[in-house]
Amino acid sequence: MTPAAKSDAAERPAALATRGLSKAFGSLPVARDIAINLPVGARYALIGPNGAGKTTLINLMTGMLTPDGGQILLAGDDITALGPEQRVRRGLARTFQINTLFAGLNALEAVTLVIAERRGLAGQFWRSVGAYGEAIDEAYEILRKLKLGDSCYQVTRELPYGRQRLLEIALALATKPKVLLLDEPAAGVPQEESGEVFEAVAGLSGDLTLLFIEHDMHVVFRFASHIVVLVSGAIFTEGSPAKIAADPGVREVYLGKRKHG
Amino acid sequence: MTSPTTITPQAYMRAQSRWHPLEIAFWLATLLPFVLFPNYLSLASQITITALFALSLDIILGYAGIVSLGHAAFFGIGAYTAGLISKFGWGEPLTGLIIATTAAGLVGFAVSFIISRFRHFTLIMITLGLGLLAFEAANRAHWLTGGSDGLQGVSIWPVLGIFKFDLYGYTAYAYSLAALFVVFLAARLLINSPFGLALRGIRENWVRMPAIGAHSRAHIRKAFTIAAAMAGLAGALLAQTTESVSLESISFQRSADVLVMLVLGGAGRLYGGLVGAVIFMVARDQFSGIAPQYWYFWIGILLVTVVMVLPNGILGGLSHFYARWRRK
Amino acid sequence: MLPPVFGVLFDGVAYGMLLFVLSVGLSVTLGLMNFVNLAHCAFAMLGGYVTVTLVNDLNWPFLATLPIAFLAAAIVSMALERTLYRRLYRASDLDQVLLTIGLAFISVAIAAYIFGTTQQPVETPASLRGTIGVLGLDLGKYRLFLLGVALVVTMLLVVGLEYTRFGAQVRAAVDNQRMARGLGIDVDRTFASTFALGSGLAGLGGALAIEIVGLDPNFAFTYLVYVLIIVSVGGLGSIAGSFAAAILIGVSDVAGKYYAPELGAFLIYLVMVLVLMWRPAGLFGRR
Repeated sequence: MTPAAKSDAAERPAALATRGLSKAFGSLPVARDIAINLPVGARYALIGPNGAGKTTLINLMTGMLTPDGGQILLAGDDITALGPEQRVRRGLARTFQINTLFAGLNALEAVTLVIAERRGLAGQFWRSVGAYGEAIDEAYEILRKLKLGDSCYQVTRELPYGRQRLLEIALALATKPKVLLLDEPAAGVPQEESGEVFEAVAGLSGDLTLLFIEHDMHVVFRFASHIVVLVSGAIFTEGSPAKIAADPGVREVYLGKRKHG
Repeated sequence: MTSPTTITPQAYMRAQSRWHPLEIAFWLATLLPFVLFPNYLSLASQITITALFALSLDIILGYAGIVSLGHAAFFGIGAYTAGLISKFGWGEPLTGLIIATTAAGLVGFAVSFIISRFRHFTLIMITLGLGLLAFEAANRAHWLTGGSDGLQGVSIWPVLGIFKFDLYGYTAYAYSLAALFVVFLAARLLINSPFGLALRGIRENWVRMPAIGAHSRAHIRKAFTIAAAMAGLAGALLAQTTESVSLESISFQRSADVLVMLVLGGAGRLYGGLVGAVIFMVARDQFSGIAPQYWYFWIGILLVTVVMVLPNGILGGLSHFYARWRRK
Repeated sequence: MLPPVFGVLFDGVAYGMLLFVLSVGLSVTLGLMNFVNLAHCAFAMLGGYVTVTLVNDLNWPFLATLPIAFLAAAIVSMALERTLYRRLYRASDLDQVLLTIGLAFISVAIAAYIFGTTQQPVETPASLRGTIGVLGLDLGKYRLFLLGVALVVTMLLVVGLEYTRFGAQVRAAVDNQRMARGLGIDVDRTFASTFALGSGLAGLGGALAIEIVGLDPNFAFTYLVYVLIIVSVGGLGSIAGSFAAAILIGVSDVAGKYYAPELGAFLIYLVMVLVLMWRPAGLFGRR
């Protein structure tokens, strides 16, 4: 980063930040005093061994879990008390590690639904969906950009797994987020198709702030500008890819374990 | 990749709400009883009313995925309201219908705040409990409802001042059928609207809805209120066309029967409740001689079969076979 | 000398204990797998009719038929579990409701066909007839017996849950199904065994109930509502919850009939709805 860009970024509030975020299930702590700062346009990767609490962190950030303590700030505003749908409307979206799609809807219907919700049209029951041309066109555009255009009339449960993962991303993008949290975007996708998923991720706008959970270190080093290492619910260390790759502690705790797991 | 070869997205979505020839055939067929079965018109109007009730359950069960074992509460509220209005002097049917529908809708609105907060087994039990409470309330309040003797003294004026409700049933059937058709058009529009899409989203994946910014509970409250009003309308029709109201209209039996009909026909397909009601009621009329427990034996066999073999009811099975046949 | 209200209380508690034996199986299986089994009271009815047949047609002594009622219900439930229930473990609530209600309808019809629709009386042993005077009250001997049986069952269940390996597996699966599977517990098999046990208890309850409330083909539905109320109010998966709720419902029902017959079932339904709104998982339930 140039000095000018650095100071510019320092003035703007972080796109997403957490302070002292903590959560325990009974006596089992799953998040310990987590403080993360995502500057606007960042490409952060969240890595860590299984059970480290990565998905839990995303659930806390998006409001699916209530923290025991700490704060979550979206563009400087405290959203800790807001429900998940309110956070989405403020620009925080996520994808799920396991496909959480509308199995009986086709891709066009699903994305149109998201857009209808975003535009506040989903409560209208007196006009047929076909009348909302702009929303439909916007939905199709999003699908086309993710190479899902030609299968948009196929019902979701019949789509190949890789296409379904892309639809996961499409649903999140349709909310026009400012911050996007991707939970293992290529999880379970066969080798031949995972390239499409990463192309889609790479093609995302520079204004969009990204945090993604990933296990594949090649992907991490290719896309991330900053890596956060989570172990047992706490941040072990963070830094640039080069720093993390050189860190012996990380290698021991995570890269070493990866050979076994 | 290229755009879809067959049809543009907007045209596709518009085509979803286009009338299918089978639908038109169905509605034309509803006129047949006037000509073919003039002696069965009172049965025909009963079937029509029950079909409307099944349609109202489809909105919450087939589209929003709410299992209710107490939906007859709203049917009964509509029936008793319509009956009481007439008993206290105002026998004009159309206004009575509107008032009864509104009453059921208001109660539905109030209850929706409870319903929308719960899921799964708890929700089933709450709907069962509320339905049973409604029955007990109607049963105990015999000063108002007539209790187990039923409501007496219901007398309805001619529709539009001209068409009297007589023993032949022409007016009753025409009136009920007209009401069903109008409400059906409204329901069809609702299903094809963005709200309908949201309801299907709730049914398909509850977890995903908040993640796309949807207020699921608000949607459920709206759907529940509409379904309650529709059920109340059906109940009011029953009160007006039979000029009587009994506890049966608010009983668990009615809640359970309508659930069976909807599942038989296929929930979530708009016509499932209508088809199910026709088959169920015609069968029940034909087998009215046999003892109730044997009738329920066959209902039991039917339910087990539908769940294990035909999960989407008759219409689901038909459309499945039709799709497979077309692919060949 | 105790005032008569204690006599009413005793009757209520005895009735509650009967309801407990009927309900506890459903509570545990619901808590384990969230499987809504509305045919539960049909198994109770089966147990009742087994006893009726053995006593009236084959002249067995009443007490000897009780274990048979338990076993018959357990065996039939295992057969149904293997053929039908097993396929619906991950199905929707609606599908489970429909299947099990369908089975209940079928069982009612079969019972009506074989035994007719009138109530079937059963001859209880002379030792259990009549009353014993306790502190100025005439306590029914049969009801005392019922209390005894229920307490023994409760103790066996509690000890079994706490101290056996099977019990530990059940507790783990009720607590957190996903984690239990992750630990290598075969939850499906645990459920099948628990289901058989719970249905067997229902069968036992059905046999015990004949003397108190009578047996006719409608038993499968009449008591289903009470059982569902007890299970939902007490809390899914909680034996203590079912125990408490059963006593609560039993006493309310009997006391209600004595002191406020106009209220009828209204109060019980209202209590259920209010409890569920306050504690959706029941008074002692989890989640």
